[in-house]
Amino acid sequence: MLELLSGFVGELRSAGLPVSLTEHLDAARAVHHVPLEDRDALKAALGATLVKSGAHWPAFETAFEVYFSPRVVDGDATADPEKSAHGAATPAGGGPEPMSAAELAAMLLQAIRQGDRALAAALARAAVDRYAGMEPGRPVGGTYYLYRTLRNLDLEGLLERLLDEARREKELTAFEERLLADEYRARIAALRKAIEAEIRRLLVADRGAQALARSVRRSLPEDVDVMHASREELATLQRMLHPLSRKLAVRLGRKRRHRRRGPLDFRATVRRSLSTGGVPVEPRFRHPRPSKPEIFVIADVSGSVASFARFTLQLVYAISTQFSKVRSFVFVDGIDEVTHVFDYADDPSVAVRRITAEADVVWLDGHSDYGHALEEFDRRWGDEVTSRATVLVLGDARNNYHASGARVLEELRRRARHVYWLNPEPRQYWGSGDSIVDEYAVHCDKVVECRTLRQLERFVSDLV
Amino acid sequence: MTRGTPCTGTTLGSIHEVRESLGSVDYVADERVAGVVYLSDRLHKPVLVEGPAGTGKTQLAKSVAEMTGSRLIRLQCYEGLDEAKALYEWNYRKQLLRIQAEPSAPSWQELEADIFSEEFLLTRPLLEAIRSDEPTVLLVDEIDRVELETEALLLEVLSEYQVSIPELGTVRATRVPMVFLTSNNTRELSEALKRRCLYLHMDYPELELEREIVLRRVPGIKEELADQAARIVRSLRSLELRKPPSVAETLDWARTLVVLEIDSIDAATVRGTLHVLLKYRQDIERAAKELFAADA
Repeated sequence: MLELLSGFVGELRSAGLPVSLTEHLDAARAVHHVPLEDRDALKAALGATLVKSGAHWPAFETAFEVYFSPRVVDGDATADPEKSAHGAATPAGGGPEPMSAAELAAMLLQAIRQGDRALAAALARAAVDRYAGMEPGRPVGGTYYLYRTLRNLDLEGLLERLLDEARREKELTAFEERLLADEYRARIAALRKAIEAEIRRLLVADRGAQALARSVRRSLPEDVDVMHASREELATLQRMLHPLSRKLAVRLGRKRRHRRRGPLDFRATVRRSLSTGGVPVEPRFRHPRPSKPEIFVIADVSGSVASFARFTLQLVYAISTQFSKVRSFVFVDGIDEVTHVFDYADDPSVAVRRITAEADVVWLDGHSDYGHALEEFDRRWGDEVTSRATVLVLGDARNNYHASGARVLEELRRRARHVYWLNPEPRQYWGSGDSIVDEYAVHCDKVVECRTLRQLERFVSDLV
Repeated sequence: MTRGTPCTGTTLGSIHEVRESLGSVDYVADERVAGVVYLSDRLHKPVLVEGPAGTGKTQLAKSVAEMTGSRLIRLQCYEGLDEAKALYEWNYRKQLLRIQAEPSAPSWQELEADIFSEEFLLTRPLLEAIRSDEPTVLLVDEIDRVELETEALLLEVLSEYQVSIPELGTVRATRVPMVFLTSNNTRELSEALKRRCLYLHMDYPELELEREIVLRRVPGIKEELADQAARIVRSLRSLELRKPPSVAETLDWARTLVVLEIDSIDAATVRGTLHVLLKYRQDIERAAKELFAADA
């Protein structure tokens, strides 16, 4: 068991979870106290001792499923559908002939309609058996098998059929229909999970836990590359951005309160020193003036950085709720101010939608032109950038071989307090092809690669 | 040795038992929650409970206290909490009085030994929990509200169950208390703190669990109504809301429905009572739009 645990901890570490030695020891002690045959208890014990953040739970779960996957006896697995389905059901895998596709679909429909979990789980096994077409020994994570199974089952269509059925039976109000749909969706999601688990189980049986763990390893939310994130991952990121902005506010607030002493107040110190015979025993300090940074955010929202742009707009929203003076601009080849959109929107997703719909950012052809956008910025708003301002440029600096307009950045740098550039591209691609980030970099205080939440967080904490 | 001393009064038998006894004080726990509580008792480790507001983090500590018949000592955290309010403080006024009350001045040594004795010590929650002879549950609520530096105050208490007072020496726990820390995750807690704790992430419960909670905690509710309520809340949570309804709000809502003597929930009822569940105007508008779009 201890060896298995070490392997498991090693796997967690390679997935990026920070598991310390103490935690490993704790886990070993915890395992002693739970019955080993109880998988849920084991999971609770390991989860409580090894995972110290809610965001890391999915990664832990994946690894746990692989390392401690339940071993189902095969005969038992295929006999189930008969038992739980009503007597008339055709004999399943156990018999000489496996279920036909139509029968499988019909039983699936029934299982979902009645919320029969045992049947659904058994059908998941049958479906994988039938559709996944698993080839032993292939070093894959099973995504393809899953895809193949799901495509054949057509779960979306299943939902539609169920809803149609319900509608025919009885007139449904929109409200009732919505509730029903949500219920079916939850059941279908459970089915999907069962299928995933089944595939994983077969893969473990085929190739062993360690090899599989490597292929199914999931990156932690803070390490997910924003440019290539799936929709699900983006949703997680957006949820994590919110606490980030609050964190930012807390940190700023604390800094303001802690630095209670400003520069030496010479007059007051001398005045004070009169009572001690001219010896300045107690120096006096001025009250610090809380700095109110003005922030200019200039974000590229062109197609090449579309998913990054959505992410940055959310970030801009988060920033604008915490700082009093944030002005935001978006550009492709034209540039437009969108501060007002954030001012009136209470909801970041609404704001993002409005910006993509309303902002006037296309000047000629809708391909990014940093040069024109920057010149335009300088012409229209350049005077408003003062020595208190911080300028943040978000973009990949892929300029489609237009003029760079680096002159503007140089100008801004002279006037503003700081100019930072956040680039969503991996550093090794900088300067390749039409990327001219190096040309801009000389005029920035700092150019940082910003592809993951972790990098963003680091940048933010360095900033304040 | 602190570690060797027996823990809280009742030693919990098994995970299953924990789950059942939590149920007997009307706290519906899933396997994970019960497992962590059990382990905390066995390993003598504090539990850090994290999750959105209103998912029953504080209630867990209260219920565990009730379940084991322990005394609950609560330390509510806030910004600016310090040693004097969390651990202990010397009773300066009493010390001053003591010094002034003596007509013939005793030697300084005597006086010092005297005024820094237990008599002049004001115990605050953490020390109180350590020194308590009866079984104790210590609840450190909303730990994420204190500053990062203040967290360090807790470390000695949490890992060694002792408090060092320079003038008195080290106070060790006679009975290791069960410790629960809650956090709403407004900031990352320090690694040092997390390492010393068992971690429990509490999220919104699954449908079945929530229905069970409603049935247990709302007197006089019918099973069907509880089921409907849980379903509607689940649908609401699937929308993109600023603040999804918490379990506490579900319970409030269920109570409202019982008071209004509603047997079955329809769209009009939900619309009329949505403000119990959702606390932002935009959220209410959005929910109304999504759920009753065609009914309007």
